Amino acid sequence: MMTSDVYSELESESIEIIREVAATARKPVMLYSIGKDSSVMLRLAQKAFYPAPIPFPLMHIDTGWKFREMIAFRDRTARQLGFQLITYTNPRGAAEGIGPITHGSAYHTDVMKTEALKQALDLHGFDFVFGGARRDEEKSRAKERIFSFRAVGHRWDPKAQRPELWNLYNTRINAGETVRVFPLSNWTEADIWQYIRQENIPIVPLYFAARRPVVNRYGQWILVDDHRLPLEPGEEPELRMIRFRTLGCYPLTAGIESHATTLDEVVAEILGANTSERQGRIIDHDGAGSMERKKQEGYF
Amino acid sequence: MDTLRFITCGSVDDGKSTLIGRLLYETKLIFEDQLEALKLDSQKFGTQGERLDFALLVDGLQAEREQGITIDVAYRFFATPARRFIVADTPGHEQYTRNMATGASTAQAAILLIDARKGVLTQTKRHSRIVSMLGIRHVALAINKMDLVNWSKEAFDEIELAYRRFAQDLSFETITAIPVSALEGQNVVEPGQVEMPWYEGKTLLNWLETVPADQGEMNAPFVMPVQWVNRPNLDFRGFAGRIASGLVEPGDAVRISPSGAQSTVKQIVVYEGLQQTGAAGQSITLILADDVDVSRGDVIASAAHPIECADQFETDVLWMSEHTLLPGRPYAALIHSKSASVTITHIKYRLDINTGAHLAARTLALNEIGAVTVSFDRPVPFLPFAENKRLGAFILIDKLTNDTVGAGLIRFALRRASNVHWQALEVTKSARAKLKHQEARCLWFTGLSGSGKSTIANLLEKRLHAEGKHTYILDGDNVRHGLNRDLGFTEADRVENIRRVAEVAKLLVDAGLIVIVAFISPFRSEREMARGLFDPGEFIEIFVDAPLEECERRDVKGLYAKARRGELINFTGIDSAYEPPLAPEVRVRTINMSSMPRAIQRPRKQ
Repeated sequence: MMTSDVYSELESESIEIIREVAATARKPVMLYSIGKDSSVMLRLAQKAFYPAPIPFPLMHIDTGWKFREMIAFRDRTARQLGFQLITYTNPRGAAEGIGPITHGSAYHTDVMKTEALKQALDLHGFDFVFGGARRDEEKSRAKERIFSFRAVGHRWDPKAQRPELWNLYNTRINAGETVRVFPLSNWTEADIWQYIRQENIPIVPLYFAARRPVVNRYGQWILVDDHRLPLEPGEEPELRMIRFRTLGCYPLTAGIESHATTLDEVVAEILGANTSERQGRIIDHDGAGSMERKKQEGYF
Repeated sequence: MDTLRFITCGSVDDGKSTLIGRLLYETKLIFEDQLEALKLDSQKFGTQGERLDFALLVDGLQAEREQGITIDVAYRFFATPARRFIVADTPGHEQYTRNMATGASTAQAAILLIDARKGVLTQTKRHSRIVSMLGIRHVALAINKMDLVNWSKEAFDEIELAYRRFAQDLSFETITAIPVSALEGQNVVEPGQVEMPWYEGKTLLNWLETVPADQGEMNAPFVMPVQWVNRPNLDFRGFAGRIASGLVEPGDAVRISPSGAQSTVKQIVVYEGLQQTGAAGQSITLILADDVDVSRGDVIASAAHPIECADQFETDVLWMSEHTLLPGRPYAALIHSKSASVTITHIKYRLDINTGAHLAARTLALNEIGAVTVSFDRPVPFLPFAENKRLGAFILIDKLTNDTVGAGLIRFALRRASNVHWQALEVTKSARAKLKHQEARCLWFTGLSGSGKSTIANLLEKRLHAEGKHTYILDGDNVRHGLNRDLGFTEADRVENIRRVAEVAKLLVDAGLIVIVAFISPFRSEREMARGLFDPGEFIEIFVDAPLEECERRDVKGLYAKARRGELINFTGIDSAYEPPLAPEVRVRTINMSSMPRAIQRPRKQ
C-alpha cells in the first residue's frame, strides 16, 4: 500500500529521526502519553524497525489523574503490541497526595509531571528521550530543535540551542547531559488526524463523541471521571455529547461538545475548527510564557 | 498536494515576523483563541500602537517578546488549496546567523526581505550568500514597507537593480522582486493594485504557490546512506536508510561504498509489506541478494553510478562558534550517517560578505564563511554538495563540549590521499625497539611555564641514558628555534605547534626510541589528538602540576613578569587558558624544586 505523498514525506522524516537515535544513543526511551500524538509516534517507531520489534522501552509518567479510559487503553495497547512499558509516578507526590484540585494545576504539573519525568530519567539513566510534541502546538515549541539538548539537570536553554543543519543530527553528549527528541516536530494537528485515519491507528475512545457526565466550569466542559472531582454547591453533572481534542490530566483538560463519533467526522471537525487544540489545556494559561518556563525546568 | 519548505530572512527590522503573521492571518490559519492572545500581547509588548503586532505570533520566546527581536528560528505551518507550507522565520541579527542557517538548511525557497527605506544592507548580503551557499535556487525579493516610501516605483526599481547587480555571482536560478507592505497587507495575499498600479507581477502567496519545490533528486541515480542495520534474527538482515536520490527496484544492481562490494536488490521492505519501488525521500529497508558486509555510514548506490570515497576535500564552511576555527585541531564530523574525526588543514580564503572578495585568513571566527581544506581520518563516501545535498553536507562538532560549531559543504575531493600511498616497510617499530632492548614510548609532559617540565624531563633522560636506553627530548623552547620558528602564540599557532611536535614524536617512536616531550601543550583537544597518533599504552601523559602562584614566584625566565606588564600577550596562565588533564597517567606535584630529583622515580614504575 502506498501512502499519500504528504504523509510519506512526514513519515519518512520521522522514521529517519527515530532510527538515528536507535543507532547512536546509549539508552533511549520513548515517552508514551497515551494521546493521539503518542499513538502516531508509536506507529512510526514500529515502522522504523519493522520487522524487528521496537529496540527501546516506552515510558508513561502517570500523574495518577489520567482519565480511566486512558489507563485501560495504555495497558491494552502494550499487551497487544508487546512493547516494553515502564510506568512511573512521583513517590513523593503520591505520598503527599498531590493533585490538581487540592494543590492547583501549576504545582501538580510541576511535581507530578516535570519532577516525576526527571526522576524517572535519572533512575533509569536514559540519555535520549522521544516526545510527541509538535511545533504547531505552542509558540515556544515552534522554536525548539528536533534534537533538543538538555544540560545536566535537564535544563533547556532556549537562547543557546545547538545549530541543527540539514538532517544531520548531532547526538554527541557528555555524561549527565540528555537530549529530548521530537520526531513529530513538523506535523500539524490536521496531519496527525489524517494519518490516524489513513493508517487506522487505534486511539483512546475519549477522542470520539459520546454521552459523558460533565460539569461546566468557566465556560469549559470538565468530565466527572471519578469521585475525586469535588462538585461545587448546586453543581449537578449532566450528560452531554462530549469529545476531547487533546488528553491530559482529567480535571485539567476540557472536552468540547461534538457529535463526531467516527474518525471521518472527527477529521472533518478538526479541519473546520476555529480554535486551537491547546485551548482545552488549562496549564498553558497559567501565565505568559508558561510553557517556555516549564520547558526550561525540564517539562516536555 | 506537495509541501514547500521556505524561509524568511533579511536584516533585523525588515519585517520578517510581521510578514509571516500577515500570511497566517490572511490564509485564516490563526485560531480564535490565538487571536485573543495576540490582542492581549499586542497591548502588552506590541510595537504597533492600537494595531495587532503580528510579529508576536512568531516571536515565541519570552526574551524575544521582551526585547522585540527574533533570537531563534520559529517554524509555522499553513496551507492553501494549492500547497502545504512549512515556513522558518529566521532571525535578522548577525549574532544569530547560525539559527538563520539552521532554518535555511532544510528550505527549498527563500523570501528575502528588504526595507524599502534602507535598501540592500550588509545583513541582506550575508543572508543571500548563506542562502545561495546552502543550495536554495529560488528567491523572492520582498521589498517591504512600501507604504513608508509612498508606494514609489522608483524606490522599488532602484533596490531591485542594486540587488541583481550584487547577486550576479551567486547561484540563484530565479530572483523575483515583489513590492509589499507586510503591515498593511499589499501584495502579500491580496494584490496592492490601488496603491501600486504600476506593479503587475505575482503576490508573494502566488509566488509561494508556484515556485518549483523539486530539487531534481528524483531524476538522479539511486543513492542511499545506511543508517541502521536491522537484524532481528539470523534470517533477516536489512539495511535501513532514507533514499538520498533516485529510484530503486528489486533486481537493481547496486554497489556498496567504501567496500566496493556488488550485489542486487532482493526486496524493499516497509511496514505494509514488500514495496515495488523506493523513491528519493523515503525511509525504507533494503534486502540484498548476497551476504555482503554493510554497516552504518556505508552508502548503497546504483552499480552504474558507484559512489567514490576520499579523505581530503575542498569545502565551504560556515563557522558557528564563538571559539574560532583552529586549523590542526581535531573536530568530530558527521557526514550523512558516517562519523569521523577531521582536521582543517588549510584555509584557502575567508569570504568578504559585502564584496565577495577572497581574503587571506588563518582562522574563521563566528559567522564567517571560508573555503577550507578538510582532512578526514578515514575515507568517506561522498558526492559534491551541488550534486547531492545529502551526500555532500557535513557538520563539525567540538570534541570536548560537543557543540555543533561548523557547517560544511563538499566542493570536490583532493586526490592527494589516493596518490600518496603508504609505503609498507619490512623493518617494524618493534623490531627497531627490540634491537635497543627497550619498548618505544612517548612520555608527554604538560604543565604551566615554570612548573618544572624541562627540569624533570632532563633528569629523567639522564637516568634512562645511564641505564643504556635510547632516548630523545623534544623541548618546547628548542623546537621553536627550528621546526616551529614560523609559529607564534595565538590559539591557532599553538594548535599547529603541538600537531607538528606530536607528528615528530610519532616518527621517533616509530624509530624505536623513548621520546620525552616537554611542552606546555595547554589544550586538552591537542593532547588527545597526540594520544590518538600512538598505539594503546604507548602514550604516557605526565601532568607536572604546580600552582600558578608558585610558577609565577619562580619565574625562571622572567616571562610571567613580562606578561603581567602586558609586554607578552597570549601567555598561558595569564591571558591564555591552561586546561589541566582530567586523567593523566602520571601526576607530579612540584611544590618546591628539591622534590624534582625524586619525581623521576615515578614514571619508571608505570
